[in-house]
Amino acid sequence: MAEPAKELGSSESLEEQVEQWRSYLRRRSAIRPVDVEELEDHLRGEVSTLRTAGLSENEAFLVAVKRMGALDAISNEFAREHSERLWKQLVMSPAGTVRTGADQQTETIIVLVLAALAALAVKIPSLFGLQWGRDMALSRNASLFVLPILTGYFVWKRGLSRGIWMRLALGFGGAFVFANVYRFEAGSDTEALTVLHLPIALWLLVGVAYTGGRWGESAGRMDFVRFSGELFIYYALIALGGGVLVGFTVGMFQAIGIDAQPLVQNWLVPCGMAGAVIVGSWLVEAKQSVIENMAPVLTRIFTPLFAFTLLAFLGTMLWTGHGIDIERNALIAFDLLLVLVLGLLLYSISARDPETRPSALDLLLVLLLVSALIADAFALAAIAARISEFGFTPNRVAALGENVILLVNLGWSTVLYLRFLSGRGSFTGLERWQTTYLPAYALWAAVVVIGFPPLFRFH
Amino acid sequence: MDINKDLVAASATPLVLAILSEGDSYGYAILKRVSELSGGQLQWTDGMLYPVLHRLERQGSIKGKWGTSETGRKRKYYHLTSPGRAQLAEQRQHWQMVDSALRNIWRTLSLPAPSALSPRPFHG
Repeated sequence: MAEPAKELGSSESLEEQVEQWRSYLRRRSAIRPVDVEELEDHLRGEVSTLRTAGLSENEAFLVAVKRMGALDAISNEFAREHSERLWKQLVMSPAGTVRTGADQQTETIIVLVLAALAALAVKIPSLFGLQWGRDMALSRNASLFVLPILTGYFVWKRGLSRGIWMRLALGFGGAFVFANVYRFEAGSDTEALTVLHLPIALWLLVGVAYTGGRWGESAGRMDFVRFSGELFIYYALIALGGGVLVGFTVGMFQAIGIDAQPLVQNWLVPCGMAGAVIVGSWLVEAKQSVIENMAPVLTRIFTPLFAFTLLAFLGTMLWTGHGIDIERNALIAFDLLLVLVLGLLLYSISARDPETRPSALDLLLVLLLVSALIADAFALAAIAARISEFGFTPNRVAALGENVILLVNLGWSTVLYLRFLSGRGSFTGLERWQTTYLPAYALWAAVVVIGFPPLFRFH
Repeated sequence: MDINKDLVAASATPLVLAILSEGDSYGYAILKRVSELSGGQLQWTDGMLYPVLHRLERQGSIKGKWGTSETGRKRKYYHLTSPGRAQLAEQRQHWQMVDSALRNIWRTLSLPAPSALSPRPFHG
């Protein structure tokens, strides 16, 4: 009589043991619930084979768990594999290098010094009587106050070789020459274009430093794309906090009868804007997991909103018959919109679990992509019409170039995404397309900065 | 046998691809097949197979699909895709190259060994 009872008891304990083992696995963030299910199927297969070989349930379970391997090692492997999809690459990539507290302290100090340096650098021109916003010469050189320092941070952090950083320095030197060598007419379009395009071209140099010699690799460039998007989010957050700080500062000093406005305007805002670039970049690196959880959420919120806005825009435009006004600012807005759509696409794909079937969100994303493509086609048509009617101006040609570059990128990305959704393509394909295309933007920006002023006679 | 970890990791891709080219399969069966092919000599740590499978899936070489096992449990089956087939052919070529190079060097190494060991007929 005791025999069956015991048998029942031990079978219960197998279920309990499996359940316990599962909950151990679930605690590891690198192993997703579907992975746990797959591993459990494996464990059960092993247990039943061992049972047929004559082992008791308990023995079979122990042997099967042992064969599965050390959980730490497995979850490490899983983290490494899932890293790219879950944007954990940056945390995982310095594999084997265990950072000590002293290391982190040195880095914190260096970052703070560099941020202070950037903050002070933007104040140097005022020693010579130049003023931000009034003197175009300053605006042309704006990126040269901050980006070399940011590049320097990555040169230090990645331990770049002399050869690479010499070339980077040469690049910044060249940028300085082209930003200052031309004699622009006062209020000319080509000068305004230089102000806008030089940072885009120089961002490539930051990228070369960021990837730390991995610029040639697709994965390295993809990391840089992610970094750029995440820096944007962090910067926006810091700016938001900065706005609150400014409001309080002015208000509190007003309460005691002191006008803090000049101090805020001349010191707090410009220095903060420069320093925040360095601090934001460091935060992206150091607090990766925060943004990693936030980016997919933001994507989920804004993909539908942007899709509906674009649809509403297209609908209104067709209904009212208003053409697109191709002022410079309107064109910039269109280009930024495309960059944003591209960002949403990249974020949602990389945060996506390839296991899941296409959902409503995927459909919305396709809707967003298609409506962005249509909207951009309208903008392109408007620019082309204006050019054929009134001839070439620097603004129109620059905008035309950017639009074409973005349209090609977004168009082919849409095709690759549809292939990915239908299971005929992989995410790696889309990633590779994105990363090989990256230099096209910087190249065009460089053409605008270097070639346009003489081409349009500095007008 | 305890085989070097790097060697196991490197050979995992061609083995998995080749096994899946025989037909769709799932994790546990793939491991059994590996052990069968090596006469029980090649023992992987079981858990390590899955990250490899997931990597190949992400690269588009294989495709996973959830189905049910004969006992009714959820089970993930893997299928070799056509890019996977191309990758397998490439891997095969690479490994044959390595294999033939090693074979050649083993042959030259093994030549002097027996002659040194075998008793020489003594003349004189």
